[in-house]
Amino acid sequence: MERYYQPEIECASREQILTWQNERLVKQVQHVWDNVPYYRKKMEEKGVTPADIQGVEDLHKLPFLTKDDLRDAYPYGLLAAPLKDCVRIQSTSGTTGRRVVAFYTQHDLDLWEDCCARAIVAAGGTEEDVCHVCYGYGLFTGGPGLNGGSHRVGCLTLPMSSGNTDRQLQFMVDLGATILCCTPSYAAYLAESIHERGLRDKIKLKAGIFGAEAWSEEMRQDIQNKLGIKAYDIYGLTETSGPGVSFECSAQTGMHINEDHFIAEIIDPDTGEVLPEGSKGELVFSSITKEAFPLLRYRTRDICVLTREKCACGRTHVKMCKPMGRSDDMLIVKGVNVFPSQIETVLLEQGYPANYQIIVDRVNNSDTLEVMVEMTPEIFSDSLGKVSEMEKGLVAALKAMLGIYAKVRLVAPKSITRSEGKAVRVIDKRKI
Amino acid sequence: MIIQQISVFLENRAGQLLDVTTALAENQIDMQAINIAETADYGIARLIVDTPKKAMEILQEKGFILRLTPVVQAAVPDRPGGLNELLAAVAEAGIDIEYMYSAFHGQKNGLAYMVFRVEDTQRLDKVLQGLA
Repeated sequence: MERYYQPEIECASREQILTWQNERLVKQVQHVWDNVPYYRKKMEEKGVTPADIQGVEDLHKLPFLTKDDLRDAYPYGLLAAPLKDCVRIQSTSGTTGRRVVAFYTQHDLDLWEDCCARAIVAAGGTEEDVCHVCYGYGLFTGGPGLNGGSHRVGCLTLPMSSGNTDRQLQFMVDLGATILCCTPSYAAYLAESIHERGLRDKIKLKAGIFGAEAWSEEMRQDIQNKLGIKAYDIYGLTETSGPGVSFECSAQTGMHINEDHFIAEIIDPDTGEVLPEGSKGELVFSSITKEAFPLLRYRTRDICVLTREKCACGRTHVKMCKPMGRSDDMLIVKGVNVFPSQIETVLLEQGYPANYQIIVDRVNNSDTLEVMVEMTPEIFSDSLGKVSEMEKGLVAALKAMLGIYAKVRLVAPKSITRSEGKAVRVIDKRKI
Repeated sequence: MIIQQISVFLENRAGQLLDVTTALAENQIDMQAINIAETADYGIARLIVDTPKKAMEILQEKGFILRLTPVVQAAVPDRPGGLNELLAAVAEAGIDIEYMYSAFHGQKNGLAYMVFRVEDTQRLDKVLQGLA
């Protein structure tokens, strides 16, 4: 039987959901207008005032927010609550290296954790469960989000964070973890390790909640078969709160968006026009209940389709498909946002030419990032020590910018493929 | 004697070094020494040729990344202890050798030739001339 964390909300009638959205949106627009001069200015430029927004049908009148706005307004420009009321920040890498910082009041943390709790219960979680969280803890939203959700459900929570596979497996076996929360690539890696070490009979996992990066239906089947569990997708972004903006139910046919907190729209990424239901386009979110960081019409750049078809699980909230791509050039590597422009910035700062190629691959179920850079006469030296010192400096600078390791490969000039005179910047070999 | 060494950046793939030697052979350039330093991804070929200026032009035209560096070439007595005596003098002078290799030309009169890369070529040259 399907279980819900908040059945009265998750299975509410469409009319009820719309009523909540209308009321909350109107209130939120006023809150933002009163407290966020940055967005107020954007509204004024568009000739919109709070009085123009009477409900969801007026949402399209509001200006969009993008990652560029987050960068321009860093760090406090989009903050809508006094700092004394904020209790937490989370952060993610942004374009050109400037980070995105999101603020939370206690109320914001509560609603975020509720969303994650809904996902855990949808995956079969109860207070009897042992929830093993190996998303990173810290600035990354994955660990803190699922950790909070797990507490709310009443699971025994294992705050493992990422890395140290030996320890992960030991705790998983010794403490009888039943629900695993991590990136799908790490889940696949753990599944391999469990097989290799003959631990399959010693683990008690029954479900997994995997998000923060794209994964295919084939990968899901592979993880499910290897671990003997049901694998559920979860979606979210730091800008809206973190994981739990939407989550999969037992039907495994899309992720229910928590519409009592977020209004979703699909737009044409080129014109910004709102597209009719069922169209493929860019996903846009408005946070209607958050206090500290209430982004309105935030463009996610994820290409997606929404469906309001009745779901077998009984939930009434709209479902989104797995993101089918991006409307910008952002890559997600090991769950981390990577923009080619960030890599370009580092190369130029370090004295390399902006002639490069980024190769993303998945080796042993783990993402790899390689940056091919063409050697120049200025950088070249007869001394191996000097060249490898330059190389090490570049690796360190990329790590500082991206937050993840990128292998650097120095190549001969003109060896980077150009098609129709234009360099191919990114080669993504991952099959997802 | 201070001479000019050409360093060539080589990507680690089959035929890269052949491209260099072919270009030199086609232009009748005589190679007098070669040394290769390598990493997992790339290598550096260091060459001593009879006409460095001409060789630079030819290789540059072929698109190679090059560097011209002064190095010291010295004759070493071709007998047991020959190199040892020379290195003792270099160490005595407190000169740090970054790398060195042997040349394969002019092996006559009981002499072998070595190429030395150091920070201060002038000084090493003086030390070695003092020995001779």
